[in-house]
Amino acid sequence: MKIGLRQWVASGSPWIWLNGAAVAVCVFMVIGILLLIAVRGLGHFWPSDILLAQHQIKDRSSRIIGEIVDREQVNAQQLRDAGFVIENQIDSLPRVLLKVGNRDVTGTDFIWVLEEQLRQIQYAPYLFAIERREWGNFYGILHAVNESSQPVATNIDDGDAVVWQVLKSRIARALEIREQIHTIESQTIGAINYGLERLRLRTRELQLENRLTAVESALIDEQRHAYQEQYADLQEQLVILYTSVERDSLVAETMDGQSVEIKLSKVVRAYHPNTMSWLDKVIFYFNKLHEFITEEPREANTEGGIFPAIFGTVMMVLLMSVLVTPFGVIAAVYLREYARQGTLNRLIRISVNNLAGVPSIVYGVFGLGFFIYFLGGNIDQLFFPEALPAPTFGTPGMLWASLTLALLTVPVVIVATEEGLSRIPRSFREASLALGATKAETLWRVVLPMSTPAIMTGVILAVARAAGEVAPLMLVGVVKLAPSLPVDGNYPFFHLDRKFMHLGFHIYDVGFQSPNVEAARPLVYATALLLVVIIALLNLSAVAIRNRLREKYKTLEN
Amino acid sequence: MSPTRQPKISIKTTERCLQPLVLSQETIAVEIKELNLYYGDKQALNCINMSIPRHRVTAFIGPSGCGKSTLLRCFNRMNDLVDLCRVRGIISLEGKDIYDRKVDVAELRRRVGMVFQKPNPFPKSVYENVAYGLRIQGIRKKHVIDEAVEWALRSAALWDEVKDRLQESALGLSGGQQQRLVIARSIAVKPAVLLLDEPASALDPISTLKIEQLIHELKDRFTIVIVTHNMQQAARVSDYTAFMYMGDLIEFGSTDDLFTNPHKKQTEDYITGRYG
Repeated sequence: MKIGLRQWVASGSPWIWLNGAAVAVCVFMVIGILLLIAVRGLGHFWPSDILLAQHQIKDRSSRIIGEIVDREQVNAQQLRDAGFVIENQIDSLPRVLLKVGNRDVTGTDFIWVLEEQLRQIQYAPYLFAIERREWGNFYGILHAVNESSQPVATNIDDGDAVVWQVLKSRIARALEIREQIHTIESQTIGAINYGLERLRLRTRELQLENRLTAVESALIDEQRHAYQEQYADLQEQLVILYTSVERDSLVAETMDGQSVEIKLSKVVRAYHPNTMSWLDKVIFYFNKLHEFITEEPREANTEGGIFPAIFGTVMMVLLMSVLVTPFGVIAAVYLREYARQGTLNRLIRISVNNLAGVPSIVYGVFGLGFFIYFLGGNIDQLFFPEALPAPTFGTPGMLWASLTLALLTVPVVIVATEEGLSRIPRSFREASLALGATKAETLWRVVLPMSTPAIMTGVILAVARAAGEVAPLMLVGVVKLAPSLPVDGNYPFFHLDRKFMHLGFHIYDVGFQSPNVEAARPLVYATALLLVVIIALLNLSAVAIRNRLREKYKTLEN
Repeated sequence: MSPTRQPKISIKTTERCLQPLVLSQETIAVEIKELNLYYGDKQALNCINMSIPRHRVTAFIGPSGCGKSTLLRCFNRMNDLVDLCRVRGIISLEGKDIYDRKVDVAELRRRVGMVFQKPNPFPKSVYENVAYGLRIQGIRKKHVIDEAVEWALRSAALWDEVKDRLQESALGLSGGQQQRLVIARSIAVKPAVLLLDEPASALDPISTLKIEQLIHELKDRFTIVIVTHNMQQAARVSDYTAFMYMGDLIEFGSTDDLFTNPHKKQTEDYITGRYG
């Protein structure tokens, strides 16, 4: 059956197709974004094979060792301009990006190479890679393992396998010692320093109040002395551990034939990707992923993990929710239930709605000017005079960042709560009032509990907005690298005055402020993916709570 | 709301008021004297004079919009919630004017319970619904609340049906059960007067019958005022009936009298079905 265009338009199917197409485009874009960042980001942790080849430029040849990271077509004309001799009929040539590591030796750890210049490509089993604490990865050929500069195993005398086994066990030992050092430095010594700082502040406080008696002073000195003794003990332990960890080293050959000695204390892990089975690689991959999620960053954030940023993001969002919910709900209750519904009320409502449209950086500036300099400054004057001139709350920190974001998201909560309050049927209020409840009791016992799903909707929107904000945070508390988490084992456990790391800012920092762009790029994608996942998780948990509440108060639907 | 503003329509003279029926054989629970009610400039009740007898069922009948629900809502000052609604006149409950400035409205509503047209249990458990009024009064002792809940549910003829599901949501009950639950909730605080605003109009015939039986049982303990559309229902359950039309109280008398021997033509027309 054939129908004309007009009938077809009149039938409404073009609309359905249009709507369907719009939805499909949205879905494709979302999936596309996720796929792109997932592929780019997650591929980074896979142990690629190490390539060994001769790099032939004209009649000069050099050895090259590295991982292939990227591949692209390059315009032939561009190459001719750069001095390459290329036949006329060729338009473009493939080139590869090789990660050759060894930044300490060669200066650069990534190089672009034309694929046709690579000769005798092989993936030799003896090639190995080391992940180091500084200077990035090392790629090369293992020769020997030294103990106090004396070889304990060499590949000439003992064979590759033996040297490798010795290296593995020595690395494990070094890692164990490093773990001990880390525990002492960050936890025990951290606690001592914290204690000493508190004593110093206590002394200063007493001085300021003219209450520093000889008795007090002696008491504080005694405590300080105890701390210093502990500190000296630990220092001795540390010296022993440090000598012990510096004992072993390995000797390896780089791609240009140099022999390099690397201390095992600088090694995170060593591996032979060319001989690893598929299962080994999967295990390696998940180890790296685990490290990425649970460890602290290294090397200007281009290596290691991003745990402090995850922690900071989640804690800030939770704190923001805790602050914004009561504030928004109380404001909405006043606007909807108590205030006279007149011009002033309408004006306030319009202003509140428009607050949601103010650029977030403006909130950042406000937070800095009002919360930090004014409120924080005054708090310092009143409650922490002993620490001055060093600020306690008069400096960007977790509390102010959460408050700023709470202010940024409060319109959303107000609007959603008002919506919820207005949807509670009159009959429930009347039922409660008719039983002798006052208006406040009715609100508290009937209306607000029934509005909780709507309030949660507001919180969900607030969380979604807050978790994605970066711009205001740069002014009110986020830093590139925070020395300690806002929560630790030192009293009072929650240090809301501390600066913190944030995934969104971390993306910006790694992506744009990093000295090593090629090394940082995959981490940008991986961090972005993680940020999306965390926001999705925060939102999903809020949605789950809301659905439970809806089920409980489902009477509203009928 | 501006209480100082005078209505444009002048208050009607007392000549138009129906003089209250003298109910010599009854104790009077609520007395209404020259009650006028305005929504903004519009007068909704015109000079109502009547007495509600104690421990009897009094029914208000009349066509839609005649003011019977408005009058009912004056007894517990529910009309206070309506913007621009003003009340002039006196309603005295046990000798005290409920529109006096000193009256605590919440306290008044505890003594004058109300049940609405549509069942409106709170989205809480059956138990918590009945206990709501007691908790509002600040009663904490569990055994006191337990006893009151059981007493109220038994009085509302609901105990046997819900005693095993007290902690389940009240929204799981049927419409008729919900309405009886709402009645139980109202009587749990032991009010003096119980106002029923078309309590059975949203229910099926069997549930309606149960509600009517319940009204019959409750009248020994409470003064009941019921608004109904259904004249048969008024005839079945009430001792006294008031017929209202266009904001006026046309006729008030014992139910038997009013239905068998109406004094006013308008009453006769209404009960014989000529309008309404």
